Amino acid sequence: MSQITLKNLAHSYHANPRGDHDFALKQMDHVWQDGGAYALLGSSGCGKTTLLNIISGLLKPSQGRVLFGDRDVTDAETAERNIAQVFQFPVVYDTMTVRDNLAFPLRNRGMDAAYIKARVSQIATMIGMDHILDRKARGLTADAKQKISLGRGMVREDVNAILFDEPLTVIDPHMKWELRTQLKQLHREFGHTMIYVTHDQTEALTFADKVVVMYDGRVVQMGTPEDLFETPAHTFVGYFIGSPGMNILPAEIRGSTAHLQGAAVPLGAAYGPITGRTQIGIRPEYAVLTEGDGLPITIRRVEDVGRHRIIRGEVAGTPVNVIAPEGMAVGASLTHVRFTPERINVYADDWRVAPAGGAV
Amino acid sequence: MEKTQNNKAWFLVLPVLVIVAFSAVIPLMTVVNYSLNDTFGNNEFFWAGMEWFEEMVTSDRLHEALGRQILFSAIILAIEVPLGIYIALNMPKKGFWASVSLVLMALPLLIPFNVVGTIWQIFGRVDIGLLGHYLAEFGIDYNYTNDPLDAWITVIVMDVWHWTSLVALLCYAGLQSIPQAYYQAARVDQASRWAVFRYIELPKMAGVLLIAVLLRFMDSFMIYTEPFVVTGGGPGNSTTFLSIDLVKMAIGQFDLGPAAAFSIMYFLVILLVSWVFYTVMTNLDKEEGK
Repeated sequence: MSQITLKNLAHSYHANPRGDHDFALKQMDHVWQDGGAYALLGSSGCGKTTLLNIISGLLKPSQGRVLFGDRDVTDAETAERNIAQVFQFPVVYDTMTVRDNLAFPLRNRGMDAAYIKARVSQIATMIGMDHILDRKARGLTADAKQKISLGRGMVREDVNAILFDEPLTVIDPHMKWELRTQLKQLHREFGHTMIYVTHDQTEALTFADKVVVMYDGRVVQMGTPEDLFETPAHTFVGYFIGSPGMNILPAEIRGSTAHLQGAAVPLGAAYGPITGRTQIGIRPEYAVLTEGDGLPITIRRVEDVGRHRIIRGEVAGTPVNVIAPEGMAVGASLTHVRFTPERINVYADDWRVAPAGGAV
Repeated sequence: MEKTQNNKAWFLVLPVLVIVAFSAVIPLMTVVNYSLNDTFGNNEFFWAGMEWFEEMVTSDRLHEALGRQILFSAIILAIEVPLGIYIALNMPKKGFWASVSLVLMALPLLIPFNVVGTIWQIFGRVDIGLLGHYLAEFGIDYNYTNDPLDAWITVIVMDVWHWTSLVALLCYAGLQSIPQAYYQAARVDQASRWAVFRYIELPKMAGVLLIAVLLRFMDSFMIYTEPFVVTGGGPGNSTTFLSIDLVKMAIGQFDLGPAAAFSIMYFLVILLVSWVFYTVMTNLDKEEGK
C-alpha cells in the first residue's frame, strides 16, 4: 500500500496533440493519500476512465510521472504495480468455475494452496456466492458475473490500490446498495486505497471520504462531500452535485453586493475587483420564496418529490430552482426569492473566487 | 376477436417447394433409383434391391479410398486449424496493415479450385515448375508423378495454402469481438500469455472455430478438383480420394448402380459425421452453462 502521486500528468489519444482540446486529460498534479477512499465523479467522456487506466498502467500517459510512494512506476507493467481493477462490464473467465475465477489472480502470483483456499472462501462468503463455487461462470446472470469480478478485485490483500470503474452499472439497485456497503466495510477493515469511478453522485458521496470531480479532462475539485456541497470550486461541481444542482446567475460584483438586472443581492463577504465573466451560485436549499423581499421570480412548475418540493422558476430569464419544505403553501403571493447571503459563492469564468477577507 | 380460418397462406410456400424439388429432391431420388436398379442404358431398369449396397460395403476399393480420405481430412485439419489460429493471433488488429493482411489472406479463397490445381501442378513440375526445379537443384528427389509420398505432400501443402485462410479469417473475426476489458483484466490478474489464450481467446473463439472445423471437414472430405488436376488420383491409386474414385466408377467405368449406392453412403457418412460433430460441440457448450 502506498500513496499515489501524479506529477505533471497529461494524456492525449492523438499521436501529435495540437492544443488543449486534443488532450483527454489536461495537465494535473495530484496526490492520493494511502488508504483513502476516493470517488472519481464526472459525466461521461470527461477522462475518468483514462485517469484510472493510467494509474493501473493499462495506459501510458503522454507526459508526466506516476509515483507509488517514492517509486516511479510510469513505465512499469500493470502486473508489476500490483493493482486490482474492476471494470464496468463483468469480466469473468467463462470456462472456469467461480472458485477458479476467484483464485486466478492468487495462483498467477504463486500463492500457497492452503492460503488460496481460505481466502477464496472468505471472499465468496462476502459476495454471497459460497454456495455456487463449483459452478462454471458461463451462464450466470450479469450481476452474478459482476460480483465475481468484484471478488477477483478484492481477493488479493497486498495490493497497492483497488480501482473500480463504474462497477455497479449492471447490478440491480438493491444489490448495489449492499455491495457498496460491503466495499466500504472492506475499506475500513483492510485500509486499501480505493478509487471508485462513477457518474452517480449518490454512489460517489456515500462511498468516498474524498470526492474528485472531473470536468473536461480536468480535476476541478477534490474534497469532502461537504466541501463539494457548500463551496463548489467550479460551476460544474455546483451544477453536477446536488439535486437539483446549484443555481448560477450572471451578476456584477461590487464589494459585498451582487448586481443582477438592476437589483442588488447582498453577499456574505466582500470581494476585491474581479476580472472575467462573473456569476453567483446559490444552492436551491438556501433560496427562500418570499412575498416581496429579494428578486422577482416567475414560477413555472412545482414538483413534489416526497420529502420536499422543488419549485422551478425564472429570475430575469435564468432558470432558478428553490427547495421548499413539504406543507408550505405555494400561492400567488410568493413573487420573490431571497438568497441566504453566507451561502452565495462567487465565480469568475466558472472558477470560484475567494472573498477578499480570506474567509471561506 | 374471432380468427379467420384461411389456409391459403400455404400457397406461398409453393415456390420454395418447387425450387427445392428440382434442385435437391428429384436429383437425389434419381440417384436412389440408380442405386436400387441395374441399367444398360435406354432407360431400361432391372430391380437389383440391396445388391449394389452389399457390393460396395464389402468392396476393398471403397475401403481403401475411405481410409485415404479419413487420413487426408485428419492431416489437413491437424495442420490448418492450429496454423489458422496462430495466424489469426498474429494478424494486426487495426490500421492500414490490418486491411492489407485481410486482403492477402482472402486472396487464396478467391481462386477457382481447378486454377489452384493447375497452379500447383505446374509449380511442382520437375522440368518447368519453380518449386520442382529448385528442389531438384538442391538435390532433393521430388517428383509427385512417381512418388506417392511426394504426391501426398503436394496435395496437402496445396490444400493448406488454399484453405488455411478460411480458418484464420474466421478466428480473426472471433478474436476481434473480444472486448478490450478482458485483456486489461488479464493484465491486472497477471495472467500469462498462455492463460490469456486458454481462458479468454479460445473460449471466445469456440463458436467460430466450430464452424471452421465443420466447413474444413466437409470440404476436405468431398475434395475432388484440386488433387484430380494435380495428380489425377495417382501415382497408382495413392491419391484417389472418395469423390475421385466415385467419378471414375460412374463416368469412367459407367457402373452407375454401384456408383449411386456409393454416393448415397458417402452422403450419409458426411451428414452423420457433421451431425455428430455439431451435436457434441453444442452439448459441451450447454453443459458448461449449467
